[in-house]
Amino acid sequence: MTAAVDMEQTQASPAGAEVVSEDRPWQTVVWNDPVNLMSYVTYVFQKLFGYSRDQATKLMLDVHHEGKAIVSSGSKDKVEADVARLHAAGLWATMEHTS
Amino acid sequence: MKPWKRKGEKVLADIDQQEAAVLRGLVSQIDDMLRARVEDAPQDELAELTGIRTGPSTSPDDPILSRLLPDFHRLDDDNPSKADLDSAAMLRSLHEPTLLDLKTGVAGVVLDTCPMYGGGIRLTLEQADAWLSALNDVRLALGTAIEVTEDMPDELPEDDPRSPHLAVYHWLTWVQESLVQALSAP
Repeated sequence: MTAAVDMEQTQASPAGAEVVSEDRPWQTVVWNDPVNLMSYVTYVFQKLFGYSRDQATKLMLDVHHEGKAIVSSGSKDKVEADVARLHAAGLWATMEHTS
Repeated sequence: MKPWKRKGEKVLADIDQQEAAVLRGLVSQIDDMLRARVEDAPQDELAELTGIRTGPSTSPDDPILSRLLPDFHRLDDDNPSKADLDSAAMLRSLHEPTLLDLKTGVAGVVLDTCPMYGGGIRLTLEQADAWLSALNDVRLALGTAIEVTEDMPDELPEDDPRSPHLAVYHWLTWVQESLVQALSAP
């Protein structure tokens, strides 16, 4: 990801949205790419998933630094729909079985 | 162009003639590519009978289209499993027609609201979101074409054929960033 302007310092919340349990067999993964803007990715996470700015920023930074982040999980249908919405927003997203 | 401004439920900017021509030209090119992909969709009697559209089951060969229309699973490992390959094919043919509609739709919003010879742009918040997606698609396409990297310099050497495209790419980045800031403003 890339930053067009200096980002304001945001304190990342330690409570991420990466919740995985047995009744959430699928997860949505967003991958880092060199084009998508950090601010835009944060905006999309807030808009599509209703995450707070802090949660969305933490997930964006995970994508940026770790190369990927799990942004949602649940049934196959739910995760499939989440991936489709992320593709519409231009993010590089895939779905996988929770291991 | 100056930064976007939010006024209540509207987002405003002015664009000059040359900027409008560049933006509209790029958005039209993406729109054409996406529409050509729509034409590639298999025509079958069952789809016509049921009204359920199915798209192609494989990723486009073109790297730009392939980036705009990603697979639902990571298939670029050395050895993707047959289950993932089959599932990705099925999910693509199921979802790609809708994705193409959405992407040509946001391109259409830009072409409808960006004045052809420059001037004022006045967007609803919904139209502004469409602009964000369309700007992102154009940046993805251009970024793929000129092989942008995370640590891309502001300028390339003058003799690099990508140099003028990079300048346009950076301008689009600025336009998108400014629009995100205007929409994120409390």
